[in-house]
Amino acid sequence: MAMFSQNPVMNGPNYSFSDTPKVNAPEGARQHRFDPYTDNGGSTLAIAGKDFTIMAGDTRLTSGYSINSRYHPKVFKIGGTTADQKDASIVLSVVGFAADGEALKERLDAICKMYRYRHGKAMSVKACAQRLSTILYQKRFFPYYAYAILGGLDEEGNGAVYSYDPVGSYEREQCRAGGAAASLIMPFLDNQVNFKNQYVPGSGEGHALQERPRNPLSRSDVEILVKDAFDGAVERHIEVGDGLQMMVITKDGIEEILLPLKRD
Amino acid sequence: MDHRPQAWGRPRDDIYGAYDGSYLQTSGPKQSTQAPVVTGTSVVALKFKDGVVIAADNLASYGSLARFTNVKRLRVFLDSSVVGFGGDVSDMQYLDRHLNELAIDESYETTPSADHPSPGGTLNAANLHKYLQKLMYKRRNDFDPLWNQILVAGLDSGSKPFLASVDLRGTAFSSPSLASGFGAALAQPIMRKYAATEEDAARLSRDEAVQVVKECMKVLYYRDARSMDKYSIAVVTKDGVELKEDEQLEKQSWAFAERIRGYGTQTV
Amino acid sequence: MFRNNYDNDSVTFSPQGRIFQVEYAAEAVKQGSVVVGITSKKHVVLVALKRNAEELSSYQKKIFAIDEHAGIAIAGLTSDARVLSNFMKQQCLGHRLTYGRDLPVRMLVDMIGAKAQQNTQQYGKRPYGVGLLIAGVDEQGPHLFEFQPSGMTEEMVAFAIGARSQMARTYLEKNLELFADCSREELIAHGLKALKESLVQDRELTIENTSVGVTGFSKADDGSTKVEQFKVFDGQEVNAWIEGVADDKEAPAAEGESMEVDG
Repeated sequence: MAMFSQNPVMNGPNYSFSDTPKVNAPEGARQHRFDPYTDNGGSTLAIAGKDFTIMAGDTRLTSGYSINSRYHPKVFKIGGTTADQKDASIVLSVVGFAADGEALKERLDAICKMYRYRHGKAMSVKACAQRLSTILYQKRFFPYYAYAILGGLDEEGNGAVYSYDPVGSYEREQCRAGGAAASLIMPFLDNQVNFKNQYVPGSGEGHALQERPRNPLSRSDVEILVKDAFDGAVERHIEVGDGLQMMVITKDGIEEILLPLKRD
Repeated sequence: MDHRPQAWGRPRDDIYGAYDGSYLQTSGPKQSTQAPVVTGTSVVALKFKDGVVIAADNLASYGSLARFTNVKRLRVFLDSSVVGFGGDVSDMQYLDRHLNELAIDESYETTPSADHPSPGGTLNAANLHKYLQKLMYKRRNDFDPLWNQILVAGLDSGSKPFLASVDLRGTAFSSPSLASGFGAALAQPIMRKYAATEEDAARLSRDEAVQVVKECMKVLYYRDARSMDKYSIAVVTKDGVELKEDEQLEKQSWAFAERIRGYGTQTV
Repeated sequence: MFRNNYDNDSVTFSPQGRIFQVEYAAEAVKQGSVVVGITSKKHVVLVALKRNAEELSSYQKKIFAIDEHAGIAIAGLTSDARVLSNFMKQQCLGHRLTYGRDLPVRMLVDMIGAKAQQNTQQYGKRPYGVGLLIAGVDEQGPHLFEFQPSGMTEEMVAFAIGARSQMARTYLEKNLELFADCSREELIAHGLKALKESLVQDRELTIENTSVGVTGFSKADDGSTKVEQFKVFDGQEVNAWIEGVADDKEAPAAEGESMEVDG
C-alpha cells in the first residue's frame, strides 16, 4: 500500500501521515468541547393577587464569579402593538441562560404580534401560556435553558401566573420563584402567600390544628413581600443583587418599578 | 535517510515518534471550530459624557507563544462604531470581512441628502450589536460557534453613548464599562471605581476616560501573560471615530510590587 | 380577425418589445379606486376612496398598516395586495428582530420590487395585479414610493394611482411647491382635495368611503422627535377632515388666496 502511495516505504525512518497508528482517545476526552450553555444567575418571582399580578426579577447578570452587568432586565412586557410595548398586557420573566431567555422572549413576542395582526386583538394570557409551552417543547432535545414565568390577568380579571420548566411543562399557580435563589425564596412564599405552616393559635393539638384561613393579599402587601424576598436572597446568594425590577399588571395597564438592591 | 521531496521538513518518526494524524480523519461527525487556536486577549471599554473609549493590545497568541505582534483587534464600522474582538483571530477576520460586506450593503441603501450628506448608512452601534448577537447565537445553535468575545462601542438611536458585549454563545449585555477575558477580573474593578453607574459615566470627561482605559491596559500588561505593551485605542463620539493602532504603554513601574506581601522585600 | 399571439404568458416579448401580460396587470391597477399619497418634510399621508361592490355590502379596505413606521394604500386586486402586505409585515418584523430598528423604507420597497419582478420573468407565473403607494418614515425622513405590477418602484413627492387618478395627479402637480412645509393637518387636507378631483360627478367624500393613513415625526414631551405610529383612520375619525374640505367651506379660503376654485 505504502509502496504505491506518495509516502516512503516502511523500512528506515518513516514520514507518513496516513499510515500512522491513530491515537484513539475515548469520545468526550477532548480537551475543549463546546458547551452551548452557561448559567447567568439571577432570580425571578411572580405573585398573583385578586385583581393584579406582580412579576419581579433582579437585574444582575453573572458568569461564574464575575458580574457582567448590574442592569440586565429579566422581566419583559410581551405582545404590545409596538416595539416599546406601550399597550402590552402580558409579562414574561426568564432566568437561566440569558441568550436562550432573550431568544425565547423574542419568539413569544413575535408570535403575539402576528396574532394581533391576524386577529385584530391581543392574545389572552391563557392562550399565550399554552403557546409558550409549545415553543419550549419544540426544542425538547436542545432545550431553551430558561425558567420562564408568564403573568397577566385572566378573562375574569383575576391575577394569573403560569410557571414553566425548560422543556415546557407548565401549570397555573398563585405564586412562583425561579432561578438561582428559587430554593431560598419559594419556602418563604409558601409561608407568606399560601400561609403554609400557619395555624390558628389555640385551635387544638396535632391534626386538630386549624390552618390559618387564606385571604387574598393586597397590592401593597405583595410589593413589600417581593422586596423582602429579594433582600433575603441577596444576602444569601452571590448571583442575586444590584437592582429589583417589578412589573405590576392591573386592568389599567402595566406599571414598572425599579428599586435598588445591595451591589456587593 | 530519505531524500525525496515529500519528506522534506517532516519530523522523523524515529526521533519524534509517529505523527498523530487523528485530526486529519474525514469520517465521523462534522468537525467545526471546537477550540480557539490563535487568540487575542482582553478588550476594555468605558463610556464617558459624549462617547466611548475602547482599547485592545495588538497581540495574537498561539497558546503561550506570542505569535503575531501586529494584529489590529479594533475594527471600525461605517465610521461610526468600533468593534473590539477577543478570542479566536481567524473567526475575528471572518467577522471583519462579513461586517465590511454589511457596511457596503448598508451604504448602498442610503442616498446622500441635504439632511444626511454622508452616504455612510444609518446602522448604528446598537443595531450592529443586535445583529452580531443574532449571528453569534445562530452559530452556537448550529454547534459551530465563532470563538470570540466582542465589544461594540458607538452611539445608539438617541445619539447617546452605547457599549455592549456579545460572546460565543450569543449572551449579550451592556454596562457603563466592559472588559473581556482577563480584563473582567483586572480592568473592570478599576473602571467601576470611576464609573459605577450610568450617571457616573455620563459625568466622565473624554480625557479622564482615556486615562482610565490606558491605566487598565497597563495593569493588564503587568499581570496578563498573554498581553503586550503595543495596543490600539479608539474614541467614538458623534463626530466619528478616532482610532490609534500604534500606541505604546508608558511609564510602567513595578514599584507597587514592593508593597505586596510575599512578592517584594518584606521579611515578615 | 386580428388576434394577439404574444399575450399568453409573461415571459414572451411581442415583436414590438412589449410584454402584454405585464401591461394588462398595469390595467388592473387602473380598475381599482383611487388612492393618493403626499409627503412633507415631517409627514407622509395616504388617502383613499373606498368602494362597495353593491349598496348592501361593506366597503373594501384600501389602506393597511405594515409596521409601526410604514403603511400601504392599494389599487387593484385586494387579494394580491394581501400577499404583498403579509410579506412586507414579515420582513419588517424580521428586520426589527435582527437589527432592532425600523426597516428602512427603500429596503422594504426594493424587496417587493424584486419579488414582483420575478413573476414577470418565470414561466407559469402571473404578475401581481395591484399597484401600491408605500408610505413610511425612517432615519432619512418621510418617504412615499409607488409600486407597479412590473416590479417598478419609484420614490415620489406626491402621487395618485387607480381609476381617474389623472385628475388627482393634476391637482398634486399644481400644488407641488406647497407640500414640503405643510403641517400634518394641511397635508391631509391636500390629500382629500386631490381625492375629490378624481370623484365621478355627483359623488362626494363621506365617512363611509374615505380612509386616511398617516405617519411622520412628532415632538415628544421632552422635546425629542418621535416617530408617529402609522395609523389608519376610518369612519367617524375622518369626519372632521372631510368637513374641513367640504365645498362650502372652501369658498372663503379661496377668496383669501384670490384663487378661483372650480366647484
